[in-house]
Amino acid sequence: MLKSRIIPVLLLQNGRMVKGRKFSDFRDTGDPVSASKVYNHQDADELVFIDIEASRAGARKNRDVLYRIIEKVSVVCFMPLCVGGGINSVDDVVSLIRIGADKVLINTAALENPDLVHEASLAVGSQSIVVGIDVKKIDGRYVVHTHCGQAPRPELDLASCVRLMEASGAGEILINSIDRDGMMEGYDLELLKQVRVQTDLPVIACGGAGHFRHLYEALIDAKVDAVACASMFHFGDNSPLRAKAFLKNKGVLLKKI
Amino acid sequence: MGNIKSVCNAFEHLGEEVRTFETIDGIEACSHLILPGVGAFPQAMANLRERGFVAAIRAHVAAARPFLGICLGMQVLADEGEEIAPTKGIGLISGRVRRLDVPLHIPHVGWNNVEWRREHPVFNDVPCNVDFYFVHSYFFEPADPAHLLAVTDYGRDIPCALTDGGCVVAVQFHPEKSQENGLRILENFALWDGRLGC
Repeated sequence: MLKSRIIPVLLLQNGRMVKGRKFSDFRDTGDPVSASKVYNHQDADELVFIDIEASRAGARKNRDVLYRIIEKVSVVCFMPLCVGGGINSVDDVVSLIRIGADKVLINTAALENPDLVHEASLAVGSQSIVVGIDVKKIDGRYVVHTHCGQAPRPELDLASCVRLMEASGAGEILINSIDRDGMMEGYDLELLKQVRVQTDLPVIACGGAGHFRHLYEALIDAKVDAVACASMFHFGDNSPLRAKAFLKNKGVLLKKI
Repeated sequence: MGNIKSVCNAFEHLGEEVRTFETIDGIEACSHLILPGVGAFPQAMANLRERGFVAAIRAHVAAARPFLGICLGMQVLADEGEEIAPTKGIGLISGRVRRLDVPLHIPHVGWNNVEWRREHPVFNDVPCNVDFYFVHSYFFEPADPAHLLAVTDYGRDIPCALTDGGCVVAVQFHPEKSQENGLRILENFALWDGRLGC
């Protein structure tokens, strides 16, 4: 049986690891390569790196910094690595896979140009294409956002987006709640359930985890395949190991080592 | 083929000397040969044939030197693969590569348990039913059950580790992405002399 996954998320800015709230107020949380090593020892199942500078203001200036970090991580972490931020061409996808990423996370460019998802999936396989969708609730409606949460896109219907991404060749969907990001008060379960019924693809929940019980709710109540966490592991003394001990006691199927 | 870098990183981490070959020049000097790979069967076979790797791999195995196939590098060892169009494989382990026919999501991606069916030096000290990282849509069905070393549970038992009974071992999962247990397999392989038993 496939196992539920726990995925630490590392946001990168100018070569450092940061974490914010609701996609702003970023605080420095350390060196990403050291953190990756620690997560590797703490039995994380996968790591997600997002270069948050890359999709803002069309900047591509820090590409080299991102590449160097991924190259360094890939010689110390022998687990699946997913990398995103500002990816907008098949070349970007292929270069990242070549330097050691196993998957790429595409957000803005996937939603604006579903053909990119199709072409990228032909180039490296669907299993390596994760589409990230950032969502914020506005007047009771879930509104898709692009450009690292800065651009509301009310013209994009969430359910249609999810189905279109699957049809275009995405291999997984990472759904991120902007409202819950960094708040540590739990995932937006209603959002996750809405996405879950739209697709058979693996769904990764992101945004809001602050307690191990939040992971359980997303995995069991909202039936997602994986839970991504940042603040919960960055601040305080929680770790994937402790999260897994909690979930195993509650009968969640997790990777055995 | 595919992400060779991760496999090199893993062996280098274990302190092994690694060389990658884009042509077969010098390949006969290697004590151990590893064929990693992700991608499609027909393209991979065409590349291997055109560049002389099929003959080089056969010569390595004929000399009883250890050989490890990973993922697509396992599948191309079959007699034939059915991905895209029926394509002849290298034929080091008799059997066919077929599309996963389970009522579950394809590709099979993620951590899944590996149940050992036979002991083998390359899998020494790897516990039964620990999880390894899988990414595949096709699987290798060996013709001879004696070649089956392990299965994984994805809708039903799917063969995921094979041997030719000699110096060839092959795995469907990715040891280079499977943390400590994966590294142990790679280390065992690097220390293996290609013979079975004591």
